[in-house]
Amino acid sequence: MTSPVTDIAQRPNSGRIFLALLRRDINVARRELPYFLLRTTLQPLLFIVVFGLLLPRMGYVGNAYKAALLPGVLAVSLAFSSVQSVALPMVADFGWTREIEDRLLAPISIELIALEKIVAGVLQGVIAALFVLPIARLIMGPIDGLTATHFALVLFIVLLGATAFSVLGLLMGSLVNPQQIGLMFSVIVAPMIFFGCAYYPWQNLSVFPVMKYAVLINPLVYVAEGMRGVLTPGMPHMDLRAVSGALIVIIALFWTLGMRSFAKRAMG
Amino acid sequence: MTDAAIRTEKLRKVYTTAPPKAGRGAPGIAPDASRAAAERRAGSEVIALESLDLEIQSGEFFGLLGPNGAGKTTTIGICTTRVLPTSGTAIIEGADVRSQPTLVRQRIGVVPQRPNPDSSLNVRENLVFHAAYFGISRLVANARAKALLEKLGIAERAEGKVMQLSGGQQQRLMIARALIHEPRVLFLDEPTVGLDPQARLDLWTILRELHSQGRTIVMTTHYMEEADRLCDRLAIVDRGRLLAIDTPEALKARAPGGTMIELVLDGSGDGLVSEMRGVPGVSSAEARFEHGGNSVRVYSDRGGEVIAALVTIATQHGRSIRDIHLAPPSLETLFISLTGRQLT
Repeated sequence: MTSPVTDIAQRPNSGRIFLALLRRDINVARRELPYFLLRTTLQPLLFIVVFGLLLPRMGYVGNAYKAALLPGVLAVSLAFSSVQSVALPMVADFGWTREIEDRLLAPISIELIALEKIVAGVLQGVIAALFVLPIARLIMGPIDGLTATHFALVLFIVLLGATAFSVLGLLMGSLVNPQQIGLMFSVIVAPMIFFGCAYYPWQNLSVFPVMKYAVLINPLVYVAEGMRGVLTPGMPHMDLRAVSGALIVIIALFWTLGMRSFAKRAMG
Repeated sequence: MTDAAIRTEKLRKVYTTAPPKAGRGAPGIAPDASRAAAERRAGSEVIALESLDLEIQSGEFFGLLGPNGAGKTTTIGICTTRVLPTSGTAIIEGADVRSQPTLVRQRIGVVPQRPNPDSSLNVRENLVFHAAYFGISRLVANARAKALLEKLGIAERAEGKVMQLSGGQQQRLMIARALIHEPRVLFLDEPTVGLDPQARLDLWTILRELHSQGRTIVMTTHYMEEADRLCDRLAIVDRGRLLAIDTPEALKARAPGGTMIELVLDGSGDGLVSEMRGVPGVSSAEARFEHGGNSVRVYSDRGGEVIAALVTIATQHGRSIRDIHLAPPSLETLFISLTGRQLT
């Protein structure tokens, strides 16, 4: 039988397909940017208004608190926009729409499809943090000890933090059922924010030693402390080597678990 | 056999959790099928495929015919690398689904039963991006997308939202998406479920044209008419087993002789059948009890002529007739004789 069907003899290269997947996610994210920013940055910004503007003016907290608060709020924006931008669409995809199916049929390994989701999540996390920074600075006014001199270090910590939370997004997105998504946010995400050293430096938890060591299982602690270390190094903060080491371990752990659960959901 | 587009050997799939259903738009699993599944359950395991051997030739239009829960979707799932087989092999266009899944994916197009377009993209973008996932340049993808949308009659919706398409249009978009990378083999899982009659006929026309171009097409269906009209060859599957495989003509010729007449009774038909076998024209008769109802199944060489005599016998035995079902020799009667169950 003669066949007009074109034969694609050579295997298309994975790098090119990976970029196509990324282009799709960037394209979609760009269209939804206003909603995305509203969803992920409103809560941190409201926090800034109350704790970085109102309370200092009322005299309940000192001006120095602003320097502890800003890096923490940036960490929250970075972390939760990363985790949400990976997890939320994935829960819908695996839960009911199955829209991800057209990408799972692409001639590329499932690991690379998952990795692309992570990269897209990191980009969105960074964008959210970049959006919050100038607004927070505007609301709070001058912040003692805020420096941007360690730019490379800032970038390093930002990328590590966003990656850790994107990979957590992969794990949550492939593990959580659509019915549990609300529960996930109130039971996991909310405690993570409040016990993530975002609103107080970790060292000050010495006032409550049990908590000081219990919160170390919370990945947000390392992102917030890392941000303090690079943005307001004058504030008490964890050693940046400990921060980086912890984040790398967290990334490796969540990637292993997340990839396993993603592959399981992707295969039927 | 070098010519085989698809070859499966001893393909077996056991689910420890619930097997995937054909699609959420699908009618739920029929009572028969869920019972079938329950019968095959060992502990919490469900055997979706027993040991499937299939060989589908290049350029063939092949149909997998069976009721819901027969294992059709699992078979398609394995062949399209979306489900891992428990054991056995499946080779698609020379590539193994287990060890070379990306190679398989590159050579196949898949049309799901329930359309799942990317709702974040418009109609045209769905095609252009899907092409990009196969490494096809934007220039080529745009030209192909335009041609496919025109051919499938949805060109005017190209810039529209996918969720504003009708069910039939979405299904056509899925076919366009499956074809954008010009695969050698096209898989369609119950493509006409949920379509109105006109959309179904339109889809048949499209599929016939794709077949005439020399593409291998594998389609699952539980509509006998569809299988009969479209397919070169058919496999009848039920409860994870292959029951028969042949051309529709040859399968129909294998159907038990004569017209099948089923009388649904208000009581047992046991005492009736011997007398019914004596009616001229009746080749066989058996009493049945299923779904909590009694019936008598009779095969007649004289079509419906024997009905009056059968009704008389039933009445003489004090039975009332609740329903009469009549089926000429067809894939349906073959299926019933093979499985003892209705197809739909």
